Amino acid sequence: MDFGLTDEQEQLKTGARDFLSNECPSAVVRKVMAEESGLAPDLYKKMAELGWTGMIVPEEFGGLGLGMLDLAVLLEECGYAALPGPFPFSSGIAASVLRLGGSPDQCQRWLPELAAGRLTGTVAIVEEADSLDAADIVLAAARDGAGFVLNGVKMFVPYAHAADFIVVAARTDPGPEGLGFFVVEGGANGLTSRILKNVDQTRRVCEVKFDGVKVPAASRLEKSSGLLERLIDAGAVIVAADSLGGSERALEMAVEYSKVREQFGRPIGSFQALQHLAAELVAGLEPARSLLWYAAYGQDAGLDDASRAASMAKARLSNVYSRTADQSVLMHGGIGFTWEHDIHLWFKRSRFNDPFFGDPVFHRERVATLSGY
Amino acid sequence: MDLNLTPQEEEFRQQVRDWLGRNRPVALHQRGEVEGKTWVQRAKNWQRRLYEAGYLALAWPREYGGQALDPMRQAIVSEELMRANIPGVVGSNSISMLGPTLITWGTEEQKRRYLPKILTAEEIWCQGYSEPGAGSDLASLRTRADLQGDEFVINGQKVWTSGAHIANMMFGLFRTNPDAPKHRGISYLLVDMKTPGITVRPLVQMNGEADFCEVFFDNARVPRASLVGELHEGWKVANTTMVHERNWLGASPQRLFDKLLERARSQQRGGAPLVSNPLYRQRLADIHIEVEAMRLHALRLLSNAIHKRPGGVENLVAKLIGTELNHRMAIAGMDMLGDYATLGRGEQRAPDRGVWSATWFGSIARMFGGGTSEIQKNVIAERGLGMPKSR
Repeated sequence: MDFGLTDEQEQLKTGARDFLSNECPSAVVRKVMAEESGLAPDLYKKMAELGWTGMIVPEEFGGLGLGMLDLAVLLEECGYAALPGPFPFSSGIAASVLRLGGSPDQCQRWLPELAAGRLTGTVAIVEEADSLDAADIVLAAARDGAGFVLNGVKMFVPYAHAADFIVVAARTDPGPEGLGFFVVEGGANGLTSRILKNVDQTRRVCEVKFDGVKVPAASRLEKSSGLLERLIDAGAVIVAADSLGGSERALEMAVEYSKVREQFGRPIGSFQALQHLAAELVAGLEPARSLLWYAAYGQDAGLDDASRAASMAKARLSNVYSRTADQSVLMHGGIGFTWEHDIHLWFKRSRFNDPFFGDPVFHRERVATLSGY
Repeated sequence: MDLNLTPQEEEFRQQVRDWLGRNRPVALHQRGEVEGKTWVQRAKNWQRRLYEAGYLALAWPREYGGQALDPMRQAIVSEELMRANIPGVVGSNSISMLGPTLITWGTEEQKRRYLPKILTAEEIWCQGYSEPGAGSDLASLRTRADLQGDEFVINGQKVWTSGAHIANMMFGLFRTNPDAPKHRGISYLLVDMKTPGITVRPLVQMNGEADFCEVFFDNARVPRASLVGELHEGWKVANTTMVHERNWLGASPQRLFDKLLERARSQQRGGAPLVSNPLYRQRLADIHIEVEAMRLHALRLLSNAIHKRPGGVENLVAKLIGTELNHRMAIAGMDMLGDYATLGRGEQRAPDRGVWSATWFGSIARMFGGGTSEIQKNVIAERGLGMPKSR
């Protein structure tokens, strides 16, 4: 029994920390924030060279064939660095939906290029109702000859403006089993993406309109039964991993600041008011890390409670990140409210992560349902 | 990450489970409902049986009654005991706290004299730390132990001494050098409770039971051989014990959560069980997540120990979060019961035989016993996060 990371995972973690501190310091993050597309293509290319973009892509499709725990370890570091760009959404969420739901042909069509970093994909689930409940997915996929025609609006689709393909959840029939997942090419006729003005500038999310978008039958993912739930599991772990790293960074900044900022003739970190606050935050963070590891491992090992574990990790880490980031800003006082200081990058990102792929209320209800109460 | 047990460990688990199935102790839970002496005798008998079966202190060295097994075996036994809903053994404080301290610091003679009887429950120990003027600031303790010839002469008072009235022995801290800085003039002594000059007075607690006591010392003489570690170095010796105490107090909360869920399923309001009320569902799930986090976190700390990874701040948080979670669960149970929560043990209308108010009282005690939550936070901030000293 070993509830911990392997030596390889430890190396992945320290390697990623080193790489991102050199290649993605806050100056780089800010530069990407200021650009409209928010993509950081040069950085993305280097990440692809390290194999990151194909981390969970099976080896037969050109990836490294690693698991969710490996990806979670890496994404924690991405959260720590506030890495901008489509990486987690393409190589985590879009790769997951193809890996889980795609036929070999469908995987072959997209995954090798995605793994190589030559194209990116994204996944569109929620609509104006901002809900992961299958009943709230109403974008219509009507049969049209040999294919389907899509009509409707998706919201909060990460990096849709630059995606080479979008996997869209659409309604083919009424009822919970009446969902289909279609791979739509980025340049399809009738498809328009508009970047939403989002306070977390390290991310780009879009409103995506499907206005009579025609797709062939072969674009429908083969294994759609239960796919939404498994996609929620994967997405929950992917976002939670970023939240873990972000919490760690925000707390670290606040603690370091408290060691050098002096008031009343002593470092403010020597005051118990701040010590106890920091202690509470880390006492929330560390057990949440244990939850996340287990949730990621659960998907790799196919544990019976993998879905519940994913929801537990997401619910907890949403709360942990939001609280840690809030309090870390407060520990900085006035300087923390300036644009110049970096803490607001993580503060805003925590609010993006909190509801994305299910807010804590959604995931707690899912925990209750999956536990049979 | 690998959560599988080896076939040998699986087999061991099955052995433990089978043995516990055949050897369940009688009514150890109803402490407070059974006459004190009867309970103590039952509890001692049970501990001895458990020890003789080979299920106690498995990681201790062989020569002192252990089996030198890795911590995983001990963890399997603890899990099975919990699963079978069997409470901790009567000598748990000496097994978790004193034993490891003696193994680290004791003389060969002390180890051979005391360790076996700790395991068999032939000797029950109490911990003589807190004093009226020394709680969180334990190092300010003032009970004197003056070395005169080959004896220490003890004068002063200990308080909140759990189980002193049933204990044969005390391990405690005493001021041996009043002129040295406060951490440097303390010694760690083993005291026979029958020593003339010792008076024990049980204090009635808020739950109506009398478990913790005042202990008065009036020229109580103990031999110099009672000293553990060097003279005046007791603070260092005690720190070993306190580290173990923190682990000991972070017990698994799964059992209590199961009870809470059961309560939420059976408690009806407005024609529906509370478990279907969205607010209670959210609250239960939130607690459930913390319970699971504690379970997994304990596995992580256990793995650190087995694989000899030093770990970091994660090692310091278990007592704080475990006891606060215990309290949250107690409060949730009380909230669900409404007016019934106020019914105590012995009232026939009290749900679950009055266990919720007892759990509530107990949860309060756990949050300050063995170092208050505030002291835990000081330790986490200063040792775990490297924040500057507050004092």
